[in-house]
Amino acid sequence: MKALEDYLVVDFSQFLSGPSASLRLADMGARVIKIERSGTGDICRSLYTSNVIMNGESSVFHAINRNKESFEVDLKQEVDCQMVWELLAKADVMIHNFRPGVMERLGFDYPAVKAHNPGIIYAELSGYGTEGKGKGKPGQDLLLQSVTGLTWLSGNAGSGPVAMGLSIVDMLAGAHLAQGILAGLFRKVTQGLGALIQVSMIESAYDFQFETVTTFMNDGGVLPERTTKNNANAYLGAPYGIYKTANGFLALAMGSIPVLGRLLGCDELRSFEVLAEAFDKREEIKAILAVHLQTQSTQYWLSILEPADIWCADVLNWKELMEHEGFKALNMIQEVEMIDGYRYRTTRCPIRIDGESLFSERGSPKLGQDNEQIIRQFIKIN
Amino acid sequence: MNRPLEGILVLEFCQFLAGPSAGLKLADLGARVIKIERPVKGDACRQLAIKNLFIGEDSLLFHTINRNKESYAADLKNPEDLALLKKLIAKTDVLTHNFRPGVMDKIGLDYSSVQQINPKIIYASVTGYGDTGPWAAKPGQDLLVQSVSGLTYLSGNAEDGPVPFGLSVTDIMCGNHLVQGIIAALIKRAKSRKSVQVEVSLLESALDIQFEVLTTYLNDGGQLPKRSKVNGSAHAYLSAPYGTYQTADGYIAMAMGDLDKISAIIGCDVSEIYTDTDSTFEHRDELLILLGKTLITKANAHWLSLLEPHDIWCAGVLNYQEAMQLDVFRSQEIRQELKLGDGETIGTTRSPIRIDGYKLYADKAAPKIGADNEKINSEFDLT
Repeated sequence: MKALEDYLVVDFSQFLSGPSASLRLADMGARVIKIERSGTGDICRSLYTSNVIMNGESSVFHAINRNKESFEVDLKQEVDCQMVWELLAKADVMIHNFRPGVMERLGFDYPAVKAHNPGIIYAELSGYGTEGKGKGKPGQDLLLQSVTGLTWLSGNAGSGPVAMGLSIVDMLAGAHLAQGILAGLFRKVTQGLGALIQVSMIESAYDFQFETVTTFMNDGGVLPERTTKNNANAYLGAPYGIYKTANGFLALAMGSIPVLGRLLGCDELRSFEVLAEAFDKREEIKAILAVHLQTQSTQYWLSILEPADIWCADVLNWKELMEHEGFKALNMIQEVEMIDGYRYRTTRCPIRIDGESLFSERGSPKLGQDNEQIIRQFIKIN
Repeated sequence: MNRPLEGILVLEFCQFLAGPSAGLKLADLGARVIKIERPVKGDACRQLAIKNLFIGEDSLLFHTINRNKESYAADLKNPEDLALLKKLIAKTDVLTHNFRPGVMDKIGLDYSSVQQINPKIIYASVTGYGDTGPWAAKPGQDLLVQSVSGLTYLSGNAEDGPVPFGLSVTDIMCGNHLVQGIIAALIKRAKSRKSVQVEVSLLESALDIQFEVLTTYLNDGGQLPKRSKVNGSAHAYLSAPYGTYQTADGYIAMAMGDLDKISAIIGCDVSEIYTDTDSTFEHRDELLILLGKTLITKANAHWLSLLEPHDIWCAGVLNYQEAMQLDVFRSQEIRQELKLGDGETIGTTRSPIRIDGYKLYADKAAPKIGADNEKINSEFDLT
């Protein structure tokens, strides 16, 4: 039995942040019903990346919304609102990520929903919180990366801002929302209480940076300084970084510089004997390493460093990764099927419970595909 | 306020970041988290300093990750200590560890042994690469996991070679997944009254955060991501104008947007290149360069004052000094102060989750090694 079996999640959210939370709940066993706007549905259905269209809709929509049902409604119609209210009466969790004020206008704000279903876990996700200046600003990932200082941590010193090339803030906020919802469900099962769970992307972006922000707050406000080359973390000393080799790249994490010098046959490094030099002279050390490591292949260096327990790795692209036995052993890819028989491959949930990976064969829903079934099961009005 | 995990006891046999960051989240949600640390040295993170910043004997980094916890010093190789720990394990709700596969078996604290002591335990483990396959014994280190997971080919520009995320993103996401797994297990246990095992790994978490782009890759004939050649491009799979741009006095970011509208507002003719939606992918580099040529001529404030009223998704690119001056940073009360006990405080961030409208503050600083042994011994009758 999956952990969240028998729980019903009614999800009004769109794009990535909220829907990534409900995907996790679905994989843990919950039944997730997407409330989608009649005609268009989740805007993510037509938010294409690289023009990749799968079965008429964007690849990202299929990734985020597998294992869910779709209930297509027009919230401007009284009848449709009534149906949603009936569904909410049975729901354990409700999720939305509208901008502040929208749910109040639609009538599905927390006080109203709580009055209707006191045991509900009402979860909302915003860009910048629900009160104060700026609450109405768009909660978009790149913009959140930009206003929280995150773009000054990756890349090299001369590169200007370098964004993390994934919607990382969306995913963090979604992960935090799922945590809050789960905590609310735990309290519900033990104490019988409902809950209001709120997460904002800005808070999640700072939580992500809690180490570097705490350092900044207690270091007299000194800004992070990336190294000019081979930067991998603005706050760590050499050798931390990725280096070009004769035939590819090599990642080096922590390691004593003189020891590295001896192992790599690089005499220049052997003079950096003082521990603090790894940070203070990191530019110099990295420059020496960068030149030296280009003289041999990645495999050559790994064959020396790995037996000596130096933390190092090859740098792989997806093709190389997926051909590797280490990847295959994870069994991370699953194939799912949509209602019309269209099949696609995607990743599975990263959490294992009682020794079992959480797979699910159900693909993403066609807009409104579950209306009939949902109405039959939950709706009493004509 | 009523924190959801109040009354839950967590024993944390974890070091560094992934496991302890999960412990911190559980603590802020109301759980009591006791770090089990080896005597004298404790969590190795105590000595792992960034910029050589220490608070007393422990690194600021350790303080950041381990606030709101207790510490119980015990030597897992000493049979007497181990016997005491087993008594404590009998009374705990959750045990977390991040030892490499096999280590807990040697100590006799593997899942099946612990189940014998406590049949209702949530047993949660973090590994680098799972517990099977040729990578199982490799060190679970963030940069190395980023490197094998393909993640380094998503940021920066095409000329850069691999560009890692400049934070321990796989540790942090894995910690977040561990929290999800543990609370789900607590829910399951509340119904089944039986123990639950939870496992996460850094590599699976690194793949999970790439789930959108991996799904694209898996269904697109295996075409590898193509980053733009232009500095400031921000996503290998998104078209112009998505990126950051240099201005006369800084940088601005623009997310997805209607190029006709944007080019009209900023006064930049893109009509020769931008013919339809497809061209924003095909001619991404030219469009980024062209927009950049206009945007570099005026200051941030100028462009934002033009773009924001039209609801164009844009923002200034801020550093920490500028970011923490924002009204929203203050109004959201993201900073909290930890009390060190000697009247001194240190600033840090708080939990990003709000429950019933309350922010989850916790001003308890990280414990010294073994700070709570005496209290725990008497409370749990460990002799």
